[in-house]
Amino acid sequence: MAKIAIKAKNNNDLSEIRALIKKHKKNDLIFAATGMFVIASLTITLLILFLDLVIDGYPRFTLDFFSNFPSRRALKAGILSAWIGSSLVLIVTFFVAVPLGIAAGVYLEEYAKKNWISDLIEINVSNLAGVPSIIYGLLALGLFVYSFGLGQSILTAGLTLALLMLPIVIVSTRESIRAIPVHIREAAFAVGATKWQVVINHVIPYSYGGILTGVIIGMARAIGETAPVITIGALTFIAFLPPSPISTSAPFLNFEWLEAAFTVLPIQMFNWISRPQHAFHVNAAATGAVIIVLTALMNGFAIRLRYKIRKKIKW
Amino acid sequence: MVDKNKHNEIVKAESKKLDFYYADGTQALKNVSLPVYENKITALIGPSGCGKSTFLRSFNRMHDLYPGNRYDGEIVLHPDNTNILDAKVDPIEVRMRISMVFQKPNPFPKSIYENVAYGLRVRGENNARTLDDKVEEALKGASLWDEVKDRLQDLAFNLSGGQQQRLCIARALATEPEIMLFDEPTSALDPIATVNIEELMSGLKEKLSILIVTHNMQQAARISDYTAYMYLGELIEHDATDKIFTTPTMKETEDYITGKFG
Ligand SMILES: Nc1ncnc2c1ncn2[C@@H]1O[C@H](COP(=O)(O)OP(=O)(O)OP(=O)(O)O)[C@@H](O)[C@H]1O
Ligand SMILES: [Mg+2]
Repeated sequence: MAKIAIKAKNNNDLSEIRALIKKHKKNDLIFAATGMFVIASLTITLLILFLDLVIDGYPRFTLDFFSNFPSRRALKAGILSAWIGSSLVLIVTFFVAVPLGIAAGVYLEEYAKKNWISDLIEINVSNLAGVPSIIYGLLALGLFVYSFGLGQSILTAGLTLALLMLPIVIVSTRESIRAIPVHIREAAFAVGATKWQVVINHVIPYSYGGILTGVIIGMARAIGETAPVITIGALTFIAFLPPSPISTSAPFLNFEWLEAAFTVLPIQMFNWISRPQHAFHVNAAATGAVIIVLTALMNGFAIRLRYKIRKKIKW
Repeated sequence: MVDKNKHNEIVKAESKKLDFYYADGTQALKNVSLPVYENKITALIGPSGCGKSTFLRSFNRMHDLYPGNRYDGEIVLHPDNTNILDAKVDPIEVRMRISMVFQKPNPFPKSIYENVAYGLRVRGENNARTLDDKVEEALKGASLWDEVKDRLQDLAFNLSGGQQQRLCIARALATEPEIMLFDEPTSALDPIATVNIEELMSGLKEKLSILIVTHNMQQAARISDYTAYMYLGELIEHDATDKIFTTPTMKETEDYITGKFG
């Protein structure tokens, strides 16, 4: 017959332990409830704002709205030049900020000697992410428009937003590189890889998830930026399109569009909302909804991609 | 040139009066002179913190990855008599000749195939047939082939711990190194996986020379031909394993082996 333990903690002790656990668990509850409350109120606020825009702008959710130029008559006005402008500017931003940001992040993390200079750069880069965007606009006005003579063009706007996005890409690149475990890095070096091979075959592929998140968050920020684009002189009323980047004859790609004048979605929205007529406010609301949907789509895409990559690479 | 020594073995490599300093000034190795014999397994034992890993990692210049570390003395690799610690010798060349298996299995987050092929790719091998052949050969050499031959494209992370460690051995083996370094390769594994890997190492020494750090005295006794006992950064004794485990010369060695200390 099995014996039953006879030496137990006495009841007092037991109830004391239980009371203690209960007390500690209360903190869990308080924290979880507060967190829930904050997140819920944020989400609900955003949802209400979005719904408000959708309800206001609803009458303009037609194909015409996307395929018409702005017009003096609100009902005929559309966002064609604005969404094409935004897209082209973002393309420039992407192709400038992403390679440059990744390269800078990799350089700082893998190649730069760690000393006070690299510390200084590090602090600077992190701070740049928080600089008000109008400052970037002023910088760009002086540098790109006047010094380089790039004009008030798509190229200037793309470069300006790239500046804005660069710190985000650099910081996210560095953080994901730092997340790579030392023993994986050493494994790569141990088979005889050079630094460059380690960077190309390991460091960058394993950091994709984090870098991508930074890139898309940066793009989502860039798409809604108004101040710097106004500073460099984006027009508010444009009834023509930039030259097409693709042509039917050789060399098939052309870059005249880079020099074209342009407008972007938030400026179009700003322009309409500053009109007195209510009908234009409807247009503005519809444009706002479009911007939010675009941002949400980009973020959703980022989350999905990151999820897929994380499934493959887990440290 | 073939070096003979008191044990009448062929010396594959030897450290000569090796000192090592970490960037913070810690001297982790003091005047260590130790031969690694060809086609033999040399085991390094000693209490935690005595410098075994530091010594092992000097053999593939792993310390060069971190700024401020400093070697003094030589590690001479035969038959070419190269001092692999010489600043003029590229650490990458050293790592191409001497490969390493780490304590924790550390496969790349890539496919099984790519893990094994990586060392070859680094050496510029791109021919698919050659790669296939060498990957197969290495996996067979690491006794892993039968378990993975049908899923070479699977992620390496999906293997068990013991399989991952054998994969890492295959990766280190694929490039046909002259010496393989093992830093407590079985400390993260269960007894069965451990036996697998021990048998594997005993087979490997036919082709190359092995230097292994182990905390497990029975393991050292089971698999090694020579054993070195280190203490506080110094080499206390180096001899044939039988001799070390039965009649060590030094009192410290005996105390450590019999468990009176350590
Ligand atoms: N990166 C480092 N910087 C400074 N000192 C270090 C560093 N790594 C190790 N040391 C020191 O060097 C000495 C030797 O360490 P080492 O890792 O070689 O010991 P070990 O014999 O492998 O120990 P273990 O059996 O625990 O793995 C220890 O005193 C340790 O504290
Ligand atoms: Mg160690």
